[in-house]
Amino acid sequence: MDSLGYLLAALTPYHVALAIGGVVAGTVVGSLPGLTATMAVAVLIPITFSMEPASALILMGAIYTGAIYGGAYAAILLNTPGTPSAIATTFDGYPMAKRGDGDLAITLACIASVCGGLVGALFLLFLAPPLANVALSFGPVEYFWLAILGLTLISALSQGNLLKGLIGACFGLLLSCIGVAEISADVRLTFGSQTLLGGIETVSALIGLYCIPVLIDLVATPDRHLKVEDVSRGFRLHEALDISWRSKFNLARSSVLGTLVGILPGAGGSIAGLVAYSEARRSSKQQQDFGHGAPEGVQATESANNATVGGGFIPTLVLGIPGTPPDAVILGALLIQGVRTGPNLFTEHGSIVYVFIWGLLLATVLMLPIGLLIGRYAYRSIVTVPKALLVPTVAFMTLIGTYAIRNSVSDVAIMIVLGVLGWVLGRFGFSASPIVLGLILGSIAEQGFVQGWIIGAAADDLWGQFFGRPISVGIFAFILLSLFSPLLLSRFRVKRELTGAD
Amino acid sequence: MLTTIKRVILAPLTAALMILSAGAIAEYPEKAISYVIPFGPGGESDITARHQQPFFKKKFGKDLVISYKPGGGGAVGWAQLNKMPGDGYNIMGVNLPHIIVKPLQKDVGFKTDDLALIHMFHYTPDAVVVNIDSQFKTLQDLIDHAKKNPGKVTFSGSGKGTANHLAQVTFDKLAGTKTTYVAFKGTGASVTALLGNQVMGQWGYTSVGAKHSDKVRLLAVAMEQRHPRFPDVPTFKELGFDIVSGAYRGIAVPNSTPEDIRVKLSSLIDQINADAAFKQKMENDGFALVNVDYKGMKAFMEEKRKGYAAAAKEAGVIK
Repeated sequence: MDSLGYLLAALTPYHVALAIGGVVAGTVVGSLPGLTATMAVAVLIPITFSMEPASALILMGAIYTGAIYGGAYAAILLNTPGTPSAIATTFDGYPMAKRGDGDLAITLACIASVCGGLVGALFLLFLAPPLANVALSFGPVEYFWLAILGLTLISALSQGNLLKGLIGACFGLLLSCIGVAEISADVRLTFGSQTLLGGIETVSALIGLYCIPVLIDLVATPDRHLKVEDVSRGFRLHEALDISWRSKFNLARSSVLGTLVGILPGAGGSIAGLVAYSEARRSSKQQQDFGHGAPEGVQATESANNATVGGGFIPTLVLGIPGTPPDAVILGALLIQGVRTGPNLFTEHGSIVYVFIWGLLLATVLMLPIGLLIGRYAYRSIVTVPKALLVPTVAFMTLIGTYAIRNSVSDVAIMIVLGVLGWVLGRFGFSASPIVLGLILGSIAEQGFVQGWIIGAAADDLWGQFFGRPISVGIFAFILLSLFSPLLLSRFRVKRELTGAD
Repeated sequence: MLTTIKRVILAPLTAALMILSAGAIAEYPEKAISYVIPFGPGGESDITARHQQPFFKKKFGKDLVISYKPGGGGAVGWAQLNKMPGDGYNIMGVNLPHIIVKPLQKDVGFKTDDLALIHMFHYTPDAVVVNIDSQFKTLQDLIDHAKKNPGKVTFSGSGKGTANHLAQVTFDKLAGTKTTYVAFKGTGASVTALLGNQVMGQWGYTSVGAKHSDKVRLLAVAMEQRHPRFPDVPTFKELGFDIVSGAYRGIAVPNSTPEDIRVKLSSLIDQINADAAFKQKMENDGFALVNVDYKGMKAFMEEKRKGYAAAAKEAGVIK
């Protein structure tokens, strides 16, 4: 069968229906904090037993991509990332919503998600086998440096108070140590409590630190939640397309970055979003707007996190190594169906892989109308629902969502404690993002460091292990750039002003 | 007099109740069973449970509903098992050596003896895995290299105090070598490190060899007999090392579950294991079936406990 044949096989009414259903279900699941793409896909596995492998993949891929986009709603409208991938969406999305541009932000997020999704899926279609090796070239040390690169974002996020940002990040790093350590199997910082044994679950921490303070503020202030315009402005699609066209380079760069990070098995959507956000901010001419409602911030994050869908499938299908957590579930489902992943899959089982990739492209395109419609509905309901109804509903959802992640009451308790703590810290000028960054990146950095150290020590070459590997050196250079570029830039400016005055 | 009346009335009542309850047991399972995996989705514990799922439905007409309660390397789930209703409709996956080693390390909320183990249905045998282009063609090549370069041979593996880690420690002791073990988060990450040449070999499982058969080579497997999927790979025993180990998986119930249901459940799992198609699927993925039923569990656990405790002490995982 040629590629046209595969495309036609993906366009059967059955597959189109699966793609539509998948995207709708995924978007709804993703928009509810606590319900993740991984969970949505896992719930589906029994249904896929009776399907053809390609159809099962299309359904799971559509749900996955919808969920990653759906995470943007809560991020923009409630300052709560619906999935960890949408953390960086809150940075600018929520300020946009606050000033009355929530509808615009959601439309921008939808367009960006479709762009990112398409780029990721096209990479999967054309370059999967060669790109899969990127996954293997990343060793422990590379992950360590990647996590450190992510941590440098703190300087950007702490908004004027670097010290408080650093303190927050250290607190987050400490939180990441709680529980049974992933590598050494030590039980740390639990103070004998079984509640803390399972560690701080990232999504419940996100819900606590981001959503609870918003809820408390909603109750504590008489203002409306978001500023609303009286006139209906539709989707503001035209305006959004305009903005998107103007930032096409940002979209392209973020999508490619997202794809690449998606290929790395140890990283995932949250890191892709953060890396793309910091790159967008670094290369922007209006750096000062970031964090105060810059559309580019939303676009960068949302295109990058949807690009990880296609990117993550690359090592999953080529190497049998899941690129992201939902990929691990999908890989398991394929295994049960008796489908062996590997380079052979692309050459001998084109009818599965290529039909699936076309199906994924189809689902991504369908996300534009579906996403706009659901997004408009989400925006409407959050904006128009009276506070007295909004607060209890959202509070209830946070409890259910937190419980659902691991079926754990401990996680709910931890979420509430962190939420109150986050609100109190917010009063003193500590923002949640550095804490979350520390929590997410802490375990990646720790694992990479310890593994790199053990391997380096065994080879008697610690220095070479940490500073002698080409990719490490590259990331390290980016870290230096990210840390010192503000300093150098301001010095440069001062100099220019001085010479200009002469 | 009164007692006679009582007897007259009670006797048929008791009889009826007995018949009713016997009937209930005969029909178990009457509804879907909740099957909790104390790890995240997509791992081996999930995949093997997913293999059981369709066979359970086909044979007994009821669903196995799989959900996840990850955290603390399984400890979070096991610590909560006995608080669940013991009606036979709540079961949980258990893994060896985890349920033996974890409680020995620290208070993790459960003791090995607290768990009402029902049936061990399979194990994934430990194996030494190297890349297909590795300089080590046989296990002896690796041993020779390790003896000449103490500490320089690096192995990736999944976690510490795990089947992989304990096997590495035992092997080093028996072979008189000193190798370096690098723990990764799960088998997936440890395979990635191997394929990316971050380490020289992996203490992995036979399932790794099945999944990545075009890229890796198994040097030896920790089984009594060779694995049917890998007829050319010797066992450690053949090579003179007494290592038969791996990650055993089975099923436990809340300790309030009645005895008759436990026996019945064990026989259900047993029947799935006996299915030729199930066996074929599992072996194709590199797993190996074992069949430790409810009656044989005590003796099995006694034996495993001694071996794992000694290896864990050797590994410095427990004091």
